[in-house]
Amino acid sequence: MEFFALYNDWAVIVLMMAGFYIMIARHNLVKKILGLSIFQTGIFYFYVGLGKVDGGTAPIFIEENEKLTEAVIYSNPLPHVLILTAIVVGVATMAVGLALIVRIYEKYGSIEEDEIQAIDEQEQINDHNGHADH
Amino acid sequence: MPYNIHFPALLIVLPLMAAPLCVIVRHSFFSWLIAVVVNICVVLFSVSLLLQVIDGDVIRYTLGGWAAPTGIEYYIDTLNAVLMVVISIISFFSLIYSKASIQAEIAPQRYYLFYTGWLLCLTGLLGIVITGDAFNVFVFLEISSLSMYMLIALGKERKQALLAAFRYLIMGSVGASFILLGIGFLYAATGTLNMSDLALHLVDADQSRTVIVGFSFITVGLLIKSAIFPVYSWLPNAYQYAPSAVTAFLAGTATKVSLYVFLRFFFHVFGSEYSFAEMLLGKILMPLAIVGFFAMSIVAIFQTDIRRLLAYSSIAQIGYMFAAVSMATEAGVAAGVIHIINHAFIKTALFIAVGCIAYRLGSSRIADMGNLIALMPWTASAFIIGGLSLIGVPLTAGFVSKWYLVTAAIDSGWWSIAIMVLLSSLMAIMYIGKIIEVFCFRKTTENMKGADVKEAPLFMLIPLWALIIISVYTGINGSIVVGTAELAASQLMGGML
Repeated sequence: MEFFALYNDWAVIVLMMAGFYIMIARHNLVKKILGLSIFQTGIFYFYVGLGKVDGGTAPIFIEENEKLTEAVIYSNPLPHVLILTAIVVGVATMAVGLALIVRIYEKYGSIEEDEIQAIDEQEQINDHNGHADH
Repeated sequence: MPYNIHFPALLIVLPLMAAPLCVIVRHSFFSWLIAVVVNICVVLFSVSLLLQVIDGDVIRYTLGGWAAPTGIEYYIDTLNAVLMVVISIISFFSLIYSKASIQAEIAPQRYYLFYTGWLLCLTGLLGIVITGDAFNVFVFLEISSLSMYMLIALGKERKQALLAAFRYLIMGSVGASFILLGIGFLYAATGTLNMSDLALHLVDADQSRTVIVGFSFITVGLLIKSAIFPVYSWLPNAYQYAPSAVTAFLAGTATKVSLYVFLRFFFHVFGSEYSFAEMLLGKILMPLAIVGFFAMSIVAIFQTDIRRLLAYSSIAQIGYMFAAVSMATEAGVAAGVIHIINHAFIKTALFIAVGCIAYRLGSSRIADMGNLIALMPWTASAFIIGGLSLIGVPLTAGFVSKWYLVTAAIDSGWWSIAIMVLLSSLMAIMYIGKIIEVFCFRKTTENMKGADVKEAPLFMLIPLWALIIISVYTGINGSIVVGTAELAASQLMGGML
């Protein structure tokens, strides 16, 4: 089953496409942020899969009979460490995004992008008429 | 041990440490003072670094003493040293300007947060430029972007800024994620993240599909980040609604830094041979750049808001830079770098001038700016000089960069591009001329009669004129900028690793 041999990469592709689709297709701002989060999770899985070695353990020396065994098969820790950083960045992005949504809701009373846009356009028209009246 | 050995690290660490200090101080004046003092130090560090590498040397600073490729290194050559100087100077002048300008735009209890965000953003921008590690680029990119979203949304009145910041967040995060994914593919192909080391390994891995996929992801990510023509949609709203000091800072640095990453990846890491001869990047980018500077100049002509007009003009200017770089010749890259530097100063000065006008007028509609040359002579004349520079009138910095762009195009046989650059300059005459006409020959409109419009405060005029003088000086005596840009281009093209 060649097709399923790289099942982790398929998971990455599905997650990324799903997240990307949500970001494009949904007008709800919270859903957009969730889409972004799923999209980034796909990338995190990609990195994690990258470092995994079949049968590998954590990169630490294992003590056997009070002797250190040198030849331990271990997974590459570097991508895992890198992606810890990226996860933190992802959390921060989500926090900033959600904070923005809270303030958008306070100002507009809506978190639907098309409704907000309609409000903005209406105000622009009013503003323009206001100037013309002077 | 020489005194300046740790300047590369201090350049990043100092603003990064000062940012939480501003939060602790929680005082609007002192946090401004901290930011300014730190910024002066950063200017001195970056000038000192530039002087060290101006002879063609390269500084490789190993963080924590771990030699690359195991550890992270800061890699400083002429290209990024000169960009660090530009970023820190622009940040310094915008910061001086922000002191007065944010009074009208940001709630007083949030001033210290403004300066915190500013310092973090400065850290991120400098970090992107200085680092020699591919993953570090992503981390610093996100540091600068996240603080930028926050700065854009900080204004108290403009609620459109919130949506602009949100859209920028979505677009920017997708762009950064693509870059992250691309770097992951490069790591999979080579097992290293150090840029110079990547360059060595990628020579052997040329035909691998992994590298091609990584290349594509990084390209798309960087195009979004630098707001080139089809993926620019986040930029106009962000520039229009952000607090004016932020717009000035953003316009001079953010997209330029993405362009720098572009240069670094496609000339240094992948090598111009691979990027432009094999992957035909130039053939893809050149049409986008040309359509970009044409279409965006036309859109700019029809804008009624002066900040939005300048925002579209910025996208057009990014088109020029990409057109220059896409030629993939040494002259082309040099022209691109010259334009990056010159345009950074010009656009920041213009946005500061617009900020001064909006500060007094309370409006950024062009129609409200009649007779401004009499009401605010210093601001209006600074804007006009900057505008002429944007068009590329002789004796201004814009002329120097257009000259080198056109010469580079003719040298590599792209006559049509040279002509198109000149034609689009005519459009710049139209949109800048439209503003100059209102400034000089229109009467003050009725709804502005009541407003007490006078010259902008001195604290806003000083940074404005400092930037204008820099750009006029580099227009008359272009040799400093041109010399460094040509050196940077030859280092980049020569593959000096």
